[in-house]
Amino acid sequence: MITLKGLHKKFDELEVLKGIDLQVDRGKVVVVIGPSGSGKTTLLRCINVLETPTAGEISIDNQTLDFTDSVSKKAISSFRRLTGMVFQSYNLFPHMTALGNVMEGPLTVKGENKEAVRKRAEELLSKVGLGDKLDYYPFQLSGGQQQRVGIARALAMEPKVMLFDEPTSALDPELVGEVLKVMKNLASEGMTMVVVTHEMRFAEEAADEVIFMDGGHIIERGAPSQIFTNPKEERTKQFLNMIQ
Amino acid sequence: MKMYLTNIFTDPERIDRLISIAKSSLLPLLEGAISYTIPLALISFVIGLTLAVLTALARISTIRVLQIIARVYVSAIRGTPLLVQLFLIFYLLPALNIIIDPFPSAVIGFSLNVGAYASEVIRAAILSIPKGQWEAGYSMGMSYQQLLKRIILPQASRVSIPPLSNTFISLVKDTSLASMILVTEMFRRAQEIAATNYEFILLYSMAALIYWVICFVLSVLQGFMEKRLNRYVS
Ligand SMILES: Nc1ncnc2c1ncn2[C@@H]1O[C@H](COP(=O)(O)OP(=O)(O)OP(=O)(O)O)[C@@H](O)[C@H]1O
Ligand SMILES: [Mg+2]
Repeated sequence: MITLKGLHKKFDELEVLKGIDLQVDRGKVVVVIGPSGSGKTTLLRCINVLETPTAGEISIDNQTLDFTDSVSKKAISSFRRLTGMVFQSYNLFPHMTALGNVMEGPLTVKGENKEAVRKRAEELLSKVGLGDKLDYYPFQLSGGQQQRVGIARALAMEPKVMLFDEPTSALDPELVGEVLKVMKNLASEGMTMVVVTHEMRFAEEAADEVIFMDGGHIIERGAPSQIFTNPKEERTKQFLNMIQ
Repeated sequence: MKMYLTNIFTDPERIDRLISIAKSSLLPLLEGAISYTIPLALISFVIGLTLAVLTALARISTIRVLQIIARVYVSAIRGTPLLVQLFLIFYLLPALNIIIDPFPSAVIGFSLNVGAYASEVIRAAILSIPKGQWEAGYSMGMSYQQLLKRIILPQASRVSIPPLSNTFISLVKDTSLASMILVTEMFRRAQEIAATNYEFILLYSMAALIYWVICFVLSVLQGFMEKRLNRYVS
């Protein structure tokens, strides 16, 4: 479903991704871990093309962007629709209700029929447990509720892949569970997901594969049980010792 | 001033004269306000605001030429007195064989002026919207134009209402400068009437009062608008 080939990203002189090769099959959940500054966020942002990679190739669902040549804005816009992004800081539109937030993409970007979109948005919000909060503005919602709207908003675009960048790290501990639950449900429904998170429980329970990144490289990858209990690489061990 | 006040308090005939002049001037003054001052301010504000949004977008765009044009425009307007701008337009256009009336000439001057000042307000408001809002829009495939229209400008307009209200209120008062280029707006009427009966203080007081009433109504409207646009923030 996702294939990355030789993905590089430089910010001026600083090389943040130093040649990432990765394949994620349809319906798989991949959790990305690694120390701060290792390039996890940058990797997700490149897959969503919020950052333009300096070199390399991204394919999603048979569509390919090759960043060795320059890529048109239009190609980027349509490529972005393949992925749904969930941000650490939610980034909901504060001037729209929960329903408005979820309807915005399908209405504005896809130009879909309003009634159909409303129905789907209501269903999505019910699915994330917010069926009774349709007309609430973001400021009237808790962090966990806002993040669930964020997930519903991304799903409304019917993406092929969902990308999560530390979706629970801005939340109070008691609100983390409700967001992870929604993500687990999504995983069990067969959504392809790439998740950057420090929630090792989530990785153990929901991930098919864990990827350890450091210094712009993928150092190690494997099943959660293998990575967590029996890592091969020294750096992975050090990192896991540090966070546990 | 002392004489004037003493007269009013001691001389009943003088009071009658002032009252009758006040009565007969009120209508021409109001008419000047309604058919010139207010339309001049409103039309100039609408055109100016459009100009301001375009200028603000040019300033934040990545196209170098647009940036420079916008900067020069704003700098020129902010660096010269409004009265000089009005005179310049009033005399420049006929010199270029463009013959227009004083009123549209004033509209051009005030619009250009508002456009420059308000563009700074709007630019600051756009820049105050968090980067995450752009990213959320882009990440779902919105174009720059869609993002501006649906996400950024609606939020920026809420931030801009208080400073833009100030701009509009200043504009209403500044329209009195149009009297200098022969627009028969309220202040010019006051001058003309006073020139016939020498009751300068009375007529200018009446003009001041009418400006005040207009501006008071505007600040009440501003309050309503702020309330409405603030409904989505805690
Ligand atoms: N827009 C940018 N301009 C310049 N440098 C950047 C930019 N974005 C990220 N970086 C740098 O790239 C490196 C990797 O950042 P990134 O955010 O991808 O790390 P991360 O693995 O997500 O870290 P964290 O766990 O702290 O979120 C960091 O050194 C960061 O300072
Ligand atoms: Mg990060």
